[in-house]
Amino acid sequence: MPLLELEDVTAFYGPVQVLDGVSLTVPEGGAVGILGANGAGKTTTLRSISGTVRAGGRITFDGSSIRGLRPERVAALGIAHVPEGRGTLGDLTVRENLRVGAYMRHDHKAIARDIDYCLDLFPQLQDRIRSNASALSGGEQQMLAVGRAIMAKPRLMLLDEASLGLAPGTAKTVYQAIRRLRRESGIAMVVVEQNANLAFTLVDSATVLETGRNALSGTTAELKGMDEIRRAYLGG
Amino acid sequence: MGTFIQLVIDGLSTGSIYAALALAIVLVNQATGLVNFAQGGMAVLSAYIAWWFTGLGVPLILAILLSVAASFVFGALIERYLMRRFERGDPDTAVVVTIGLLTLITGLCGWLWTYNNQQFASLFSLDTVSVLGASVSIRSIGTIVVIVVMMGLLQALFIGTKLGLALRAVAVNPQSAAFSGLPVGRLLMVGWGLSAVLGAVAGALVAPQLSLTPGMMDNALVYALAAVILGGMSSPIGVVVAAWLIGVLENLAAVYVPFIGYDLKVAVPFILIFVVLIVRPQGLFGRKSVVRV
Repeated sequence: MPLLELEDVTAFYGPVQVLDGVSLTVPEGGAVGILGANGAGKTTTLRSISGTVRAGGRITFDGSSIRGLRPERVAALGIAHVPEGRGTLGDLTVRENLRVGAYMRHDHKAIARDIDYCLDLFPQLQDRIRSNASALSGGEQQMLAVGRAIMAKPRLMLLDEASLGLAPGTAKTVYQAIRRLRRESGIAMVVVEQNANLAFTLVDSATVLETGRNALSGTTAELKGMDEIRRAYLGG
Repeated sequence: MGTFIQLVIDGLSTGSIYAALALAIVLVNQATGLVNFAQGGMAVLSAYIAWWFTGLGVPLILAILLSVAASFVFGALIERYLMRRFERGDPDTAVVVTIGLLTLITGLCGWLWTYNNQQFASLFSLDTVSVLGASVSIRSIGTIVVIVVMMGLLQALFIGTKLGLALRAVAVNPQSAAFSGLPVGRLLMVGWGLSAVLGAVAGALVAPQLSLTPGMMDNALVYALAAVILGGMSSPIGVVVAAWLIGVLENLAAVYVPFIGYDLKVAVPFILIFVVLIVRPQGLFGRKSVVRV
């Protein structure tokens, strides 16, 4: 049984249909990419999973339907959404942001260990641990956003454009850390990314969305070999 | 010297009442990002509830505790059934709703219990003790102690507890907080409930001094807002110190600056606000919000 399964998912913003039958399967511990142009429905697909947008169709996590659940209920089931724009809590310090991430947990020793793990994964955050999140650079905020998601000890992480607005070197560093996280934790991931080259370093398979529908799907190796993918997303 | 000390301690005592209301405003602001202008009206309602219980023969301290409990429920219900409708919209709209609520509650109290002054017994004795040559009422000292304890509890709540952290997280970004599993709706209800509790304490402290009327808190609300601006929204200790400063300076200015006297003393906190807003816009103790672009 797959960990997450989307089948024929639809979603509207007002009268505008954004998702028109999206399907997606994420196995336990797997990482699946969602590629596509602006407005193709990538972010909305993640939002339909985390309960921040009303969706139709079938969305199951670990065998039971999560469609229509409120975001905090979805989070409690083990899905951590790292939203577009990072969603760090600006007036709280880096450490407080991480502690908010662990809100649902009560294992104090393990929480302290996981904070150390986040700081090991993102050493830049160590020096900023007492700074307000709003004072961090874009890259540091992205790292903090991922760190906060780690603190929830999720089974599935939804990553929305983790490279957006970052310098190429910083984006690479962030993805390197996420690859290490995946290796060491086995957390399954859904990765939305404009930069297909970066996404392919992390995911096993991917689907390309076009106007709210799956246009193409395949393993990373298959997709890398396709001409239309190379032309549209890999810059050559 | 005796007069001076007496003026200072009386100032601290009046300042403490502004402080209680200011703490309630800070609490709602920290939990929801709003300034709740109805805080004064809610405190009056709480005082009437306590007064109503004493009328039934309930001992004063128990009546106040019952009103504190009722206020928690009332505050939480206001959030759930009134403010929540405005949470997603323009924050200015929500603030105007709180002003409407203030008018509504004041009118409701007047309708239920008339606009006549009602006598409200004091928790503390009016006897005086001698402090450094000044005679100071036990009520003043008691009022100050109550506020210091509440300030400490609130500071500990925000900084030292998971609940306080969660309240602050929800205030900054409710949707993002929900991604970490925070029950946003319930936390907002708790924030409003706790602030109503602080208001209830303020009401019980002020009612014996001014006697109970529906408009009893109107002046205190203005001073409390001044304290909030002076002290900084993010700092419970800051607003209490600011409220004390206002209470003391106002008293001293009335006596020692002939030009001000008792007629103009209301202007003192506002002159302070102007100066602080120009020199330190985040308040005396507030954390500056830094936004990197």
